[in-house]
Parts: sequence; C-alpha cells; structure tokens
Amino acid sequence: MSESSASATRITPGNALRPEDIALLDVKPGDAVAEYALCLGDDALILAQRLGWWISRAPELEEDVALANIALDQIGHARSFLTYAGRAWGRTEDDLAYFRREPEFRSVHLVEQPNGDFARTIARQFVVALYQWELYSRLVESDDPTIAAIAAKAVKEVDYHRDHSVQWVLRLALGTDESRRRMVDGLRLTWPYVDELFADFPLIDALGGAGVRPSTLRAPFDAAVQKVLVEAELEVPAVPGAVGGGRLGRHSEHLGYILAELQVLAREHPGASW
Amino acid sequence: MRPSTATDAAVWSIAATICDPEIPVLTIEDLGVLRDARVTASGQVQITITPTYSGCPAMDAIRDDVTSALRGAGYDDVAVRLVLSPAWTTDWLSDDGKAKLAEYGIAPPAGTAAAGPVHVGLSVKCPQCSSLHTRELTRFGSTSCKALYVCNDCREPFDYFKVH
Repeated sequence: MSESSASATRITPGNALRPEDIALLDVKPGDAVAEYALCLGDDALILAQRLGWWISRAPELEEDVALANIALDQIGHARSFLTYAGRAWGRTEDDLAYFRREPEFRSVHLVEQPNGDFARTIARQFVVALYQWELYSRLVESDDPTIAAIAAKAVKEVDYHRDHSVQWVLRLALGTDESRRRMVDGLRLTWPYVDELFADFPLIDALGGAGVRPSTLRAPFDAAVQKVLVEAELEVPAVPGAVGGGRLGRHSEHLGYILAELQVLAREHPGASW
Repeated sequence: MRPSTATDAAVWSIAATICDPEIPVLTIEDLGVLRDARVTASGQVQITITPTYSGCPAMDAIRDDVTSALRGAGYDDVAVRLVLSPAWTTDWLSDDGKAKLAEYGIAPPAGTAAAGPVHVGLSVKCPQCSSLHTRELTRFGSTSCKALYVCNDCREPFDYFKVH
C-alpha cells in the first residue's frame, strides 16, 4: 500500500487533534471558559459512549447506522470541546478523555443513564437533542469565538438528531400497544434527569457572554417538548427530579462502569497506537 | 478560494489533487474542504481545511495525504490546519463535484442550505435511472454526509449527499 492509502485507516492516540491544529485555538481559553467547554464536551463524550453500545444491536440495520452516526457527531463535538478546554491546561483531548477519574468529569446524569430498551434510548435522545439544539442555537452567539464556532457546526448536526428522535417518539407512541407502553416507560424513566440540564451552577456566573444560563433554556425546551407530546398523545411524566450534581463532579454509579470501558485500553497501554 | 498569487496557487493546486478517502471521486477542492493555501515569508506551506461534519473521521487521513503530497513535490515545511468557522455547507460543493457525484452513483444535494431553516423537500433524482420518484429510506447513511434513498421505479437503493 502507498503511504497515502495506508493513512486512511490509521488511528492512533498520538494522532489526536493538537490544539495548534485548530487555528482558532491559538487563543488560550480562560479557566472559566475551559471548565464550561469541559461540561459540554463531557456530555457529548459520555452520550456517544452510551450510544455506541447499540452498534450491531439496534432493532433494524438502518437504526444501527442512525445511532452510530449520532454517536459519531457527538464524538466530534466532544473532540472540539475537549481540545479547546485542554488548551488552557496544556492537556490533549486524549489526556482529558482517557486519564481523568469520575469526579473530574462534568457531564450531567442524563447522559450516563442506561440505554434500557430502544424506547428508553429514544426517550433519552429526545431530551438530549431538544436540549442541545436550544443550547447550541444560543451558543452560536457566544462572546467566545471558538465556542461559537463549535456550536455553529454542532447545531446543524443536532438538528438531524432532533428530527430522528421526534420521528421515533411519534412512531412508538402511536404504534402498537406494546410500543406505546415502552415509550411511556422510557419517558418516565428519563424524566427525573431533565431538571439538572436547566439548573444553573456557579461557573455560569463567571462566564459572562461566553456561555448560556441553563435556566433560560427551560421555557423553549418545554414548549418544544409539549408540541411533540401533544402530537404523540403523551403527557410529561409526573415524576420528581433526581439529585443532580454532575457539573460539580458528583455522579451516579453508572459513570464508573462507562469510564472503565472507555478508558481501559488507553490506561492499559499508555501511548499505544493501533 | 484559489489564491491569486502564483506561489500560493501552486501549493493550492497540489493540495487540490487530494481526494476524500470516503468519496474517492471528489477532491477536497470539489468538496469545499480545502479553504486556503499559502506560502509564508519563511517558506512554510500553510494549508487550511475544514471538516464536513464535526466527527468526520476522514480529516486525519486528509491531513496526512495533503502533507505527503506537498512533501513529494519538494515542500518540506508543511502545516495543515483545521478551521471550524465558517461551518462547512454543501453549498460549497463545486458544480464539477456535483456532476462527478452523480456519475459515481451518489445523488448530489437537491437544493441549498443557505435557503433558510425550513428545508423544502425537493425531489431527489435517482443516479441510476434519473427518476424523480424516489424516497428516503433512512436519513443516516454510510457516512455522516449521506442519507440512504431508494428509487421507486428502478428499485435501486442509492446514497444521497444531504443538503447541509
């Protein structure tokens, strides 16, 4: 094989995006912006890891491809955010993804929730996609040019995720008795983790115009949810919110298992390439 | 955009020969992935590319291919940089690129992304039999940039390059 054709399949940890590869990252973020990028990057990374489980297990081939594509988009967002965050501390995206421990992750509890059956995964996707779409739509206007640039790419991709989950919520809810029962169960199991997405946390006050105050996304999110649930003849589950704290590094028991699988290879063979 | 000065245009032309590893009929120039090429005062070649989708796994391969093509042409000091902004859109696909896609069996984007947030559902033409009687099988296809369609007339499934 020629050198150029060989490169198409070469994946190495050392081949990670280096901060200097992204021209925009010539500017080092301040600590607050870096912490914020970590929050958004960790959400995307952990969600992608969860979604990746479905590859070869989805109910049909097209859905296998869809969930894999969505996971790939999320990994792309995670790479950009983590690369940018790492710039503040002289760490690469790989350092941050593979060599942090549970309390150092800043992801919300929603993304670490188990996949459950397909309907439960769709319920989680429905919430995440609607939330991320509202968030990235606003972050396009961020004072921080790199955050704005990442959001501008991400929002176009999340638009597909949103459509995908909405189509499935409708199809499952209005399908058979069994599919409806599963959709209702999926939403009920997912809903306790919705409040955390919109809970303001101390970092937000230090961000100025670089970030978006989560509580201000609640009203447009609720309106978007309502519109779909009415059409699906469903109701917002009346369940109490779960204890959050992901943004502060407090996680449920699930994250450790996710990280074990995500990090084992890099930790077992530091610096390995494959 | 192809640079106007001769030195810059020369390195652009070399970078522009690199094909997307997943759609080998399209060059990175056709795709709009190649954004800038220049030679600095110190003699360093700086190539700027932009990813199609955030998670596009072809970026690393493209970066390596561009570097090795330029080294092969005698440029030793090469830096390939990635920019995210402005975000890539299929509106940057060249007309030549669209024709090559159709020829290859991938339906080119039907419409423009710049038209606004409301995507008008234009018919997608079957690249095999040119029928407009086609339907979307799944919005997510073999790569991030494509959806899977099927032709209702000739019954062939085909890739469609999504308006993005």
